[in-house]
Amino acid sequence: MKKTTKTAAKTPKKMTAKSKSKDFPDEKYILQLFIAGILPNSLRAVENINSICEKYLKGRYELEIIDIHQQPDLALDSEIIAIPALIKKSPLPEERMIGDLSDTKSVLIGLRIKN
Amino acid sequence: MVKAKKSKTPDAKFPKAITGIAGLDVLTNGGLPKNRPTLIVGNAGCGKTIMAMEFLIRGIELFDEPAVFMAFEEKTDELILNVKSLGFDIRKHRENGKIYLEYVKVNPDERKAGQYDIEGLFVRLGLAIDKVKAKRVVLDSLDTLFNGFDPAILRVEFKRLLTWLKDKNVTAIITGESGSEFYTRNGIEEYVADCVMVLDNRVINQVTTRRLRIVKYRGSIHGNNEYPFLIDEKGITVLPVISEGLSQKSSSDRISCGVESLDEMLDGKGYFVGSSVLVSGTAGTGKTSVAAAFAESVCNNKQRCLFCAFEEAPNQVIRNMKSIGLHLNSRVKSGQLSFYYARPTLQNLELHFIAIKKIIKEFDPSVVILDPITNLMTEGPNSDVRGMLTRFVDYLKVEQITVLFTAAITVGSIERNPSDEGISSMVDTWMMVQDIEVDGERTRSLCVMKSRGMKHSNQVKRFEISSSGITISKIVDNIDDTKKRKLKEHKNLSTTKA
Repeated sequence: MKKTTKTAAKTPKKMTAKSKSKDFPDEKYILQLFIAGILPNSLRAVENINSICEKYLKGRYELEIIDIHQQPDLALDSEIIAIPALIKKSPLPEERMIGDLSDTKSVLIGLRIKN
Repeated sequence: MVKAKKSKTPDAKFPKAITGIAGLDVLTNGGLPKNRPTLIVGNAGCGKTIMAMEFLIRGIELFDEPAVFMAFEEKTDELILNVKSLGFDIRKHRENGKIYLEYVKVNPDERKAGQYDIEGLFVRLGLAIDKVKAKRVVLDSLDTLFNGFDPAILRVEFKRLLTWLKDKNVTAIITGESGSEFYTRNGIEEYVADCVMVLDNRVINQVTTRRLRIVKYRGSIHGNNEYPFLIDEKGITVLPVISEGLSQKSSSDRISCGVESLDEMLDGKGYFVGSSVLVSGTAGTGKTSVAAAFAESVCNNKQRCLFCAFEEAPNQVIRNMKSIGLHLNSRVKSGQLSFYYARPTLQNLELHFIAIKKIIKEFDPSVVILDPITNLMTEGPNSDVRGMLTRFVDYLKVEQITVLFTAAITVGSIERNPSDEGISSMVDTWMMVQDIEVDGERTRSLCVMKSRGMKHSNQVKRFEISSSGITISKIVDNIDDTKKRKLKEHKNLSTTKA
């Protein structure tokens, strides 16, 4: 596991120009995960995003988990329809994805993290 | 023997939410199913959004029921602007917290990474309903969701949504695009079991008519046919056939024809109030003059008259009638006489009647004149026309409005088949004007073909139009035998009731 984190940090140095658009090696990730109470999809999403973050973004991410049942206004503000929904606030551009995040590959592409 | 338990009367009334849309409540026998969802299906541009919006606005204005409008297609500002042309002032209701509009943006580019549902929509809808304590909700249109999400998931979610809406105790309208395989493109109707309406916008002979049909209404009787509807600056009007019963009162009051000698032919008193009068005749025999004389006399008696001209423009009618001593212009100015002028082909016949009805509601005339009805007949197949005309006459009778229509006929058609017009059964008084030859001169004549409920003249009279108006006199006696015979034929015709 540590190995992969390392490579993730290393690779950009090698692949200069291309990697800049693909990955943000040093930048801090700010993520929002919208869930709805303790629905199975939501619980799975929390689990999945936690493990992905720990694995690929350790020490440089901020994850906010929002329960729309508790804070429905935030669902409105962020124009949430489907749940669970993950929003990458930073680094820009903002990226949105929906689902329980079990498709790790797709999540990584969405977050622009090099595997 | 055990006595069967007396069951409590189960016929508790099916609860309905009155839509407030003209005609629709008659058609649905009292409105949409209360606290249940109704589906409105239709193609683009057939009036789904407007109908849904009017349902909400009327709910606010008539019953003080707050409303939520979830728009999936239009942004709220656009929506407000679009329905403003129909006289719906949403901004005002919005400020008063009576309506809550929300634009639900569906983003088809969202990455899918696993299982999801649309709980977010539920939460937002719930929030919206709580915000204004809504009793009426519109979702316009759910089909948009299919652009962004997996249909298999949506199907499951729609089922949940509709049950959820019922639990929320709101009367909801859901709109959907029509499809080829199902009523809706994505088969939403499967989930909305209670009431389904289909709207349609059809072009026949270059005339567009919007039509509405109730496909399904569980637990209620409803009209089954397609009914035309109109969208204008006052919203939607549906014209159901069943709206006018024959329960009208029959007045025994009389109203003068405007020509003294004509009154004399009709038992000396003129038409019955609230009856229907037909003046038929060949071209140029003076039908419009009879109509105009009636209009003038109505105005003289300080009552209002609506003159629907389908052949001549109002100014032309006014000018022409001036030549026989009728100054209609001053009547228009004093607000007693109002003209409705439209080319028959401009709209569908039914829509003419809807338009006329609207004017009647505002203007409140005691007499309506349709000049001539035959011009309308060029529209659509005849059976349709007759049905619509009957309905219209019934409506006027219910309102106790006297109606006079003129009809142009071709020479000889009456001799062949007196009921050729197909409208004689619905008129109470039928007068015919025609040209006959008397003493080597073409003379206008007038006879009363029938007049229900009164003693009327059976004579063919000389009918003269001069600068001082209409005069009716006896036809002079010194005519030769052939003419006499011809005249006798007409006389026979007028008394064929026997």
